[in-house]
Amino acid sequence: MANTLKINKIENFLYGKAPSVVRCGREVEIGAGQVIPEINFTLPMMTIDDKNWCEVIKQYEEIIDGVLKRAVRLEVPQLLVEFETLPEMTNRPQWGLEITRLLADKMDRCYRDYGLKSALRLTINDVREFNRPPLMRSGKYWGNLCGILEGSAEAGADLIAIESTGGKEIGDEALVNCDVGASIFALGVLGARDMEFLWNHITDYCNRTGVVPSGDSACGFANTAMVLAEQNMIPRVFAAIVRVISVPRSLVAIRQGAKGPTKDCAYEGPYLKAIAGVPISMEGKSAACAHLSPVGNVSQAVCDCWSNESTQNIRMLSANAPTVSMEQLAYDCRLMNVAASEGIESIIRLRDWLSESDSPLDPQAYVLKPEIVLEISERIIAQDNPYEQSLEAARSATEVLKRDSREGKVKIKENELKWLDMIEQQLETLPEDEEQLIEQMLQRPEFRGKFLPAEYGI
Amino acid sequence: MADMKDLADAIIKGDMKTAVEVTKKALDEGVEPQKVLNDGLVAGMGVIGKRFKANEVYIPEVLIAARAMKSAMEVLEPKLTEAGVEPVGKALIGTVQGDLHDIGKNLVIMMLKGNGFEVVDAGVDVSPDAFVEKARSSGAKLIGLSALLTTTMPAMEKTIQALRNAGVEAKIMIGGAPITQAYSDKIQADGYAPDAASAVDLAMDLVVA
Ligand code: B12
Repeated sequence: MANTLKINKIENFLYGKAPSVVRCGREVEIGAGQVIPEINFTLPMMTIDDKNWCEVIKQYEEIIDGVLKRAVRLEVPQLLVEFETLPEMTNRPQWGLEITRLLADKMDRCYRDYGLKSALRLTINDVREFNRPPLMRSGKYWGNLCGILEGSAEAGADLIAIESTGGKEIGDEALVNCDVGASIFALGVLGARDMEFLWNHITDYCNRTGVVPSGDSACGFANTAMVLAEQNMIPRVFAAIVRVISVPRSLVAIRQGAKGPTKDCAYEGPYLKAIAGVPISMEGKSAACAHLSPVGNVSQAVCDCWSNESTQNIRMLSANAPTVSMEQLAYDCRLMNVAASEGIESIIRLRDWLSESDSPLDPQAYVLKPEIVLEISERIIAQDNPYEQSLEAARSATEVLKRDSREGKVKIKENELKWLDMIEQQLETLPEDEEQLIEQMLQRPEFRGKFLPAEYGI
Repeated sequence: MADMKDLADAIIKGDMKTAVEVTKKALDEGVEPQKVLNDGLVAGMGVIGKRFKANEVYIPEVLIAARAMKSAMEVLEPKLTEAGVEPVGKALIGTVQGDLHDIGKNLVIMMLKGNGFEVVDAGVDVSPDAFVEKARSSGAKLIGLSALLTTTMPAMEKTIQALRNAGVEAKIMIGGAPITQAYSDKIQADGYAPDAASAVDLAMDLVVA
């Protein structure tokens, strides 16, 4: 990847606008000036099996009918719909594809009848870890994953995404132990290698069919860290550093040809936008239905799509939850787009309000502050490979947090400050050379048998 | 004289070497294994557990203490068995069929172990039949089921039915982000806990009471 940032000036780091625009679906343009709502939903408590399948279909029908009707009523100019498969629907690809078709047909009809511009993102859930240790490149689960991918164009998907989990075998353990070396190994070595393999495969399919390869997410690592920090299991500073460590891994998808918008749950998005120029989808306050976070506003500051992450199809006082989310997102986006129509000063003012309302309060919010994103991105891309980049990501995030907490720019709890020192000490012991780190990690008894090195080309 | 307070402190600090040394010394000096366990190891873990509940320390520190305890337990366990001391209880914990989320489950296991439970980890994606089989072979008095997906919650009910139909009498507790007390009542589990620390209290209530 080129060693210059695609966005290197803070006045060019704006919501709704990305250096590379993605055009897809029914006249949708992402990153061309408007922030677009991305609606996501899931099933309420129910079993997915043959007996229940009609009921499952009915649920998705009810969801999409409600969502589209609301979008039309609120005159949403463009809409992104994300369908994330549940494990049963990946493991039986025809199920996942049947729902994809159903959603696409409804969206087509709505475009014809009401002119609602829309695109459908199919996010495949990574089922490879049903084998433990997982087989990443062969076997039944890899076959299922390919099965749904290969039917996606015909089923009407406009964009493909995945939340891949390569390296998570080590990632979980690394998180609960606040082991920064193991986190870098999980994300920057194992994760990055798996992404290269996986995204090569995905973009190859997309090139043949015209489906847009959108992006991946380090959800299983960095959002797990965020949830753990919210539960006071691990220090927030560690979760913030893991977020930044996840950047080089997610960049691999883009290097392999992913075009964006990056996944909503990939809060590393602002880094990807600054470095690679792709449009990004983000989530925050309007995703509180899915999980709590300390980054509800700052996550919106430079987004191109704005998502609710996910909500179950359950009844609220007004309507079903996905319809409620649709309404919230529509209003969020309206506000941003009206501000944008007044010109760049207004965009910057709103962006900075969003950023300033969160970033001094939590280190995880601070590392998403646009100025900090640019500063750290610059340092990340000065490195050559994902390992070196991840190491640099960890170093610079730690340094910035220490520096700016001293200056009172970000609040860090008293009992977390010592963790910054401990993380810094851990970082000093890590080798500059990837091979050496691999060697060290392979020696560690607790990791033995957890993952298969050959599946990562090691 | 081996001091049980030194042992508890070693656990709190996660000082594995000292924990093992003091345990050995105490046993050599003829201190009762039960006393070493309760006044040294469990007391130390108790302090860490309280600090964790009060948000003074984080899980990594609890894990370090737990590892020190584990090493000391390796020395102590044969003596406990000789003396006929039983663990607080034996538990079997797993994530239900179709579900791979296991961080929460693993934390529950860790906290139970730290409080003197013997725990069999059934793993993830565990079918009702596999739960029945593992319940039988382990003889666990307490079974814990974890689920994080709305679409795998029904597997909890199926598992409970399968266990009951097979005549397994162990107490059953459930947990995971989407689970509620109401759901637990509905599927007739014996209890629900919202987090790992309260899971320990619940486990104590269920098996010790
Ligand atoms: C981390 C995570 C993952 C990781 C899992 C890593 C792992 N090894 O576990 C990965 C990335 C692999 C993953 C995958 C998926 N996930 Co997920 N995941 C999460 C996330 C962000 C956090 C879960 C977590 O680890 N929390 C931290 C732990 C410590 O908390 P906990 O699990 O709640 O456990 C505590 C208590 O509940 C309790 N407890 C837990 N178990 C037990 C058991 C007993 C007996 C007791 C007493 C107590 C107890 O004690 C614990 C400690 O205090 C949640 C978000 C959320 N709101 O929970 C989504 C979430 C659960 N996942 C979700 C989804 C959809 C998926 C996927 C289908 C995604 C996809 N399309 O790719 C797959 C499914 C994989 C599968 N077959 O299970 C959805 C579920 C939606 C639904 N329909 O229910 C959620 C809610 C995210 C969302 N908002 O959309 N996920």
